This record gives sequence, structure tokens and C-alpha cells, in this order.
Amino acid sequence: MKGWLRQDGRKGIRNTVVVAYLVECAHFVASKIVSGFPEDDVQLIGFPGCYPNEYAARMMDRLCTHPNVGAVLFVSLGCESFDKVRASEAVSASGRPVKTLVIQKAGGTASTVQMGRDWVHGVLAQVAEVPRVPMGVDELVIGTVCGGSDGTSGISGNPAAGKAFDLLVGEGAACIFEETGELIGCEEIMAERAVTPALGQALRESVQKAERYYATLGYGSFAAGNAAGGLSTIEEKSLGAYVKSGDSPISGLIKPGDLPPRGGLYLMDVVPDGDVRFGFPNISDNAEIVEMIASGAHLSLFVTGRGSVVGSAISPVIKICANPQTYRNLSEDMDVNAGDIIEGKRSIEEVGREIRDLVVAVASGAPTKSEALGHREFILTYKSFEPIGPACLPAA
Amino acid sequence: MIGPFLLLSAADNVLVARESAAEGTDVPLEQGSVMLTRPIPLAHKIARRDIAEGEKILKYGMPIGIATEAIPAGAHVHVHNIRSAYTPTHMLQDADGVSAAVAQ
Repeated sequence: MKGWLRQDGRKGIRNTVVVAYLVECAHFVASKIVSGFPEDDVQLIGFPGCYPNEYAARMMDRLCTHPNVGAVLFVSLGCESFDKVRASEAVSASGRPVKTLVIQKAGGTASTVQMGRDWVHGVLAQVAEVPRVPMGVDELVIGTVCGGSDGTSGISGNPAAGKAFDLLVGEGAACIFEETGELIGCEEIMAERAVTPALGQALRESVQKAERYYATLGYGSFAAGNAAGGLSTIEEKSLGAYVKSGDSPISGLIKPGDLPPRGGLYLMDVVPDGDVRFGFPNISDNAEIVEMIASGAHLSLFVTGRGSVVGSAISPVIKICANPQTYRNLSEDMDVNAGDIIEGKRSIEEVGREIRDLVVAVASGAPTKSEALGHREFILTYKSFEPIGPACLPAA
Repeated sequence: MIGPFLLLSAADNVLVARESAAEGTDVPLEQGSVMLTRPIPLAHKIARRDIAEGEKILKYGMPIGIATEAIPAGAHVHVHNIRSAYTPTHMLQDADGVSAAVAQ
């Protein structure tokens, strides 16, 4: 395995040029710039809101200085409140080439698209010069998420992902699982796995917070397709989702954008702090994937039963299909057939090993199915978080 | 367990379909054989034994909800006869008013 070496010592498994719009009004222009580079690794991200949000600003910083990112072009309309000067300084301080284009100053749509494409063209040659150096599994950060879940997710795909997590944590990688709203009912058994009692209490409280938050909203993290697929309650979905964390001790609790300080297993608390202000914690699976990427995830494991086809900007997504019927229907989108476990063809251990080996192959440059198909989904919305508490990352 | 239904934990009072099972299928249970009165899709659950109203439903050896009515052995266990101990389950309704979660 080799990675692109960044100034902070982290290594990337991709070398992407990111074009980021800073308000929805600049989205079209930014996407036109990206569409000029169909053969290059140039990807679109952005924040749609015009009002300021500390969380979104921090997420944008983390994403634009992610080890998989080589250079950043910001596209601003000009009058939005996003602090583009501070964002540009943060990227510049990370040693990456950065440029900000302001549509209102650049002469409009066509002029900004031309200027943006000219800059990207030049910077592609520049990022190609970034050195690739040897990289170990212990330098990887890996996230896991499940979406489009059904009753098979918890008996094949998620246990196999959990087995892969056990192998990867054993090799020194940092592994992140998340969505505390889908751990409702698991808080007590999860707390027992914490490396300290104080962390156990923090894990318990994060799930209790999620329960309160979703209760206020009136809907749990449970979609109609979950029920059609055989799941009856949030706690049934939770128990199935929980097993993708594997059996390792839980080393810490992080929030979106916090970087795991060392290898081990981490829970990401994705439910906002304080009163309900901006609606649902994660309006779709990609919001959770983006949050794990902001916490440094080089790639994500996505377990699906009903069948999701998404990928992500910045970090590749490995799709693990839990349901053998879905796999046959959507095999062009699926990287791993965990449905073999249900049909008795392979064991959880065998599929877990396949996932671990695929992680190394993708980190070495092999494209995932969604990556090869061109999926680069991205979503970032409003949230508010307080910093993590002292119990969340116990001293080793 | 061999056959179309899986017992995930010894403590469970439900079995999970490892393949879709047709209406009329005979399923051997501890208390005797029962015949499925409706098709059970892949990954849906049936009662392993008679379950009383108010009893906890156990899957993976852990509670996943509470029976809202008496459920006879072999019957489909789903959103129509169990509820969450946490937040309510919402689902789509088909045009004819039948829950998409139950009708397959």
C-alpha cells in the first residue's frame, strides 16, 4: 500500500481536486467547472446554506484538508455569509494549493467557469507531483454505515462488517461506527465494551440523547423500507446495526470532525447537542458518510439489505449486500455478497476476511463499484455540536 | 436449525426466515408442527411458541419490542402485532389501506 503524503503526516489513498461551492447560489457554476474534467479526479462538494453555521464551517475545513484531497477550489457567489477567507487560510496552512473564485467579481457564470477550469487544469499537474510513500493498515481510518436496511442486514452483512472491523482494529487501524439514533436499545451492552467506566457512561448518554432528540421529532430512524424488509421496531434495527461494530473494546466517543487519535474502535455521536434546531440529525445515509470522512475516514463500508447504490465524494464506499435476493438484482452496484452467509455458502468469518482484503485493495488504488460508476454523492447541512467531553477519549 | 427458519439465540421467542416461505408451509416447532397462514418473506419473523399480549419479543437474545396482542406459534411477528419500547414505527400505507410493511 502507498499513500499520498500530506504536510500533517497523514497519507491519502486518493489525490482528489475538490471544487467546493459555499452557497447553493454557486452550486451550478462549481458543477460546471467539475464537468470539464470527466477523466480526472475532480469532485464536487459544497454547503447550500446562506446563514453561517460553525459545524458546517468546521466540516468544510476537515473535508478540504482530508488526506485524500490534494487541492481545493472554493466557488463563492460573493454575498453569502460563509467565511471563505478563513476557510482558504485553513487549506493553505495545510500545504495544499487553494484558490477562491467569487462569481460576483469574476464577471459571471461563463467567466467563472473558465477561470475555474483553467485553475484546475494547472493544479492537476501540481498535485500529480505529491510524493507517494509506503502506507500501513495502521494508518487507515475506516468508517461503517448501514442503509436501506432489512432483516438480513443484522444476520449477514453487519456481522461480516463487524468481523472485518475486528481484523482491521487488530492490525492497528482506526475504525468508526455511528448513528446513535440506530443504537437505541443497545446502550447498556455497548457501555460494557468501553475501555473506561467514564467512557461507558458517555456512550450511554449519547444514545439517551438520540432517543430524546428523535422523540421530539416524532419519527425514529426507521424508514418504510425497513419494515417491508422484516424489521418491526427501532430496537430490532438497532441490534442488527450494532453488530457491525464487531467485538473490539470501544476506545472513544467522537463527534463529526474529531479525528481518532490512534488506532482502535470509536463511536461517532452524530446527533446534535442542545435543543432540536435544524431538524433530523441525518437526512440521508450520505450525511453520515460525509461526517465520517470529516473525521478522517479514508473509505467507508456500507452495508445494505434493501439495496442502496450510493458512493461518496472524497472517500470510496465499499458496498456490502446482506440480502442474497438484492445482490442478484443489483450486483452491478455491490462489491461484496454477504448474502452467501444466509444461503449457507460462506461463513461470517470468510466474508469478513474478504471485506478486510478489499479494504486493502481499495486503499491501494482499486476502484469500488460505486467509484467506477461515477457515484460522488455529497450532502452537508446545518447542525450544532458542543466539543467532546474529557471522558470521550481516555488517555492510553 | 435446518430449514427455512433460523433461531438466532436460544432465548429467542421468534424465528427468522432465511428464505421466503410460502403460505401452507409446514414448520416444525418445539410444541409441534404448524402451518403458515400467510407467506413469510425473507428475513421476516414468526413466533417460535405462543406469545402472550404484553410479552417481550426476543431476537438475538435481546428485546426488540412488546407483543400488542396474543401471537400464536408460527404466526407472522411484525409491525401489526408488536410495538417498540422506545419510539413508534412508521410505515407506508398502500392505496388499499393495507400496510406495505405487512403485505408483500
